[in-house]
Amino acid sequence: MTQPTTANAASRGFLTEGGKYPGLLGWIFSTDHKRIGLLYMYSVLAFFLVGVTLGVIIRLELIAPGETIVSAQTYNALFTVHGVIMIFLFIIPGFPAIFGNLFLPIHIGANDVAFPRLNLFSWWLYMAAAALILISLFTGGGPPDTGWTFYVPFSAQTTTNVPLAAFGAFVLGFSSILTGINFVTTVHRLRAPGVYWGRLTLFVWSLYATAWVQILATPMLAITLVLLILERLLGAGLFDPGSGGDPIMFQHLFWIYSHPAVYIMVLPAMGIVSDIIPVFARKPVFGYWAIAFSSIGIASAGSLVWGHHMFVSGMSDMAILVFSLLTFIVAIPSAVKVFNWVATLYKGSISLDPPMLFALTFIFLFSIGGLTGLILGSAATDVHVHDTNFVVGHFHYVMFGGTGFAFFGAMHYWFPKIYGRMYHKKVATLAWGIMFTGFNILYFSMMILGLRGMPRRYYDYLPEYTDLNRVATVGSWILVAGLLLMFVNLIRGARHGAEAGGNPWGGLTLEWTLPSPPPAENFATIPVVDHGPYDYDRVSPPHE
Amino acid sequence: MNEPSHAVVSYRIFIAVWLLLLALTAVTVAVSRVHLGALNIWAALGIASLKSALVIFFFMHLKYEQRIFKIFLLITLVTLALFIGLTFFDVLYR
Repeated sequence: MTQPTTANAASRGFLTEGGKYPGLLGWIFSTDHKRIGLLYMYSVLAFFLVGVTLGVIIRLELIAPGETIVSAQTYNALFTVHGVIMIFLFIIPGFPAIFGNLFLPIHIGANDVAFPRLNLFSWWLYMAAAALILISLFTGGGPPDTGWTFYVPFSAQTTTNVPLAAFGAFVLGFSSILTGINFVTTVHRLRAPGVYWGRLTLFVWSLYATAWVQILATPMLAITLVLLILERLLGAGLFDPGSGGDPIMFQHLFWIYSHPAVYIMVLPAMGIVSDIIPVFARKPVFGYWAIAFSSIGIASAGSLVWGHHMFVSGMSDMAILVFSLLTFIVAIPSAVKVFNWVATLYKGSISLDPPMLFALTFIFLFSIGGLTGLILGSAATDVHVHDTNFVVGHFHYVMFGGTGFAFFGAMHYWFPKIYGRMYHKKVATLAWGIMFTGFNILYFSMMILGLRGMPRRYYDYLPEYTDLNRVATVGSWILVAGLLLMFVNLIRGARHGAEAGGNPWGGLTLEWTLPSPPPAENFATIPVVDHGPYDYDRVSPPHE
Repeated sequence: MNEPSHAVVSYRIFIAVWLLLLALTAVTVAVSRVHLGALNIWAALGIASLKSALVIFFFMHLKYEQRIFKIFLLITLVTLALFIGLTFFDVLYR
């Protein structure tokens, strides 16, 4: 270290100290897991705001039938880029790369991840891939218009810049794999004395399960996208029946990754909800092992259900039966979690601070998303609602209502730890209320529209769908108003908020034993842990 | 944590494995000239798996590593087999 550490006693932990270089270079070349976590947070949130903007434009186009503000081709590009950004640049790296990096090492009593340089490299890969995807919008034949799924034969024929966008997603996959390898190794090798498997936080358990999915499933995406690029550039004929290929094989390959990917998105969200609820209910978590193993169960079973995206694609009836059955099996570990969270709340001393409100919202919205998923998982009903707005409503309930709200919950939960300051709690609660209202108006309308037969990905619709589309568009404005209020409140809190202290929520996990923000090297001496992360029945929280 | 000590493997074993790999390559070529129907693909895949196992266990030292690495490899292979296997519910019954 080149800078004196004793000069400013009021230093703000890792935010100001550490790093070989001053200023911005000290961040983009830092191998500190917390700085890398924040690098990811700022870049991921920037793309999130771009994705939100595209989403709002999509909704604005749908405010009335016919062409209103964008042409059909622009609309195709809009929903494609909205999907690619939200899936690949926001929600997949969202939890593992941001909060996993920030808190996984601290939760297990380590000073960093197992491979800090690889960790930094994965952020650089992420940024390089993001640049590729952005370049693909303005070069070649313009932004891709295939939908984020890149289905052949259209993706092999369209004149838009599919190869570059696909290559961007390919590079992003490597970033994700490297994070996964880092986390599996860290959990196995760097646990502090006393942190045995039964004392891992449930957030770490969920990240561990997620990391395995990242390692095992992501290479499938890489292979698929390379094959697609070969198909386009060399005319390989892999997916072209005329040359002996098989277009359905593309869908298999694509969903072998992309279905497990939704568990990369939602598992860590479940992990943070499992961590928030005991803190704000002041109770030991109910069914620790059931929740921990349900994460592994979801990761394993969830990797084998990809075929339920293909019920109407011309796949064999036998495969439809098998994948439908497997899909129902995933509902079991998911429900195990929901019941255990509710049982943890039972007779707890509940305080409804903002992180808890977001966690409870996760349970509510995720349950709606999960149960509507069963309508799609049974082949008979899926045939009717396939490719309608119902599907769009369903996955926004799971991904935004579930993972998105848990993400905001994690931001509000760890905010005082990361910045050492507290946001305005009443404003945060107000923002939560506005978002919750807008969210349901927006996406519930879409589910009804879907049941009434409105297809997804159409920029025009029949007059009878006008009313609900208007309602949904107004819902999107309310949702965005809540989002803006939340971000303004958080940014103000980071700059001017009151000092938060070491443990504002009374948490028992290891990050709350550190000062806020944590020092550059987390623990001066590696801690020896003598209690579990949720032992509220026998330990009182530190610094309270 | 202590660095795991590296096992010293004799040249004799390496050469034996190498010769075995060459022999298996010859078997692969030989089997491909016999018409066994669907069994041809199983024979080719079986020999290829055996050869990969030899490389991984001896040349890449997995044999001398801790058990956890062997378990990790097994998980990976089982996952790949399941991915391929489940796809056959579509391909075989179309």
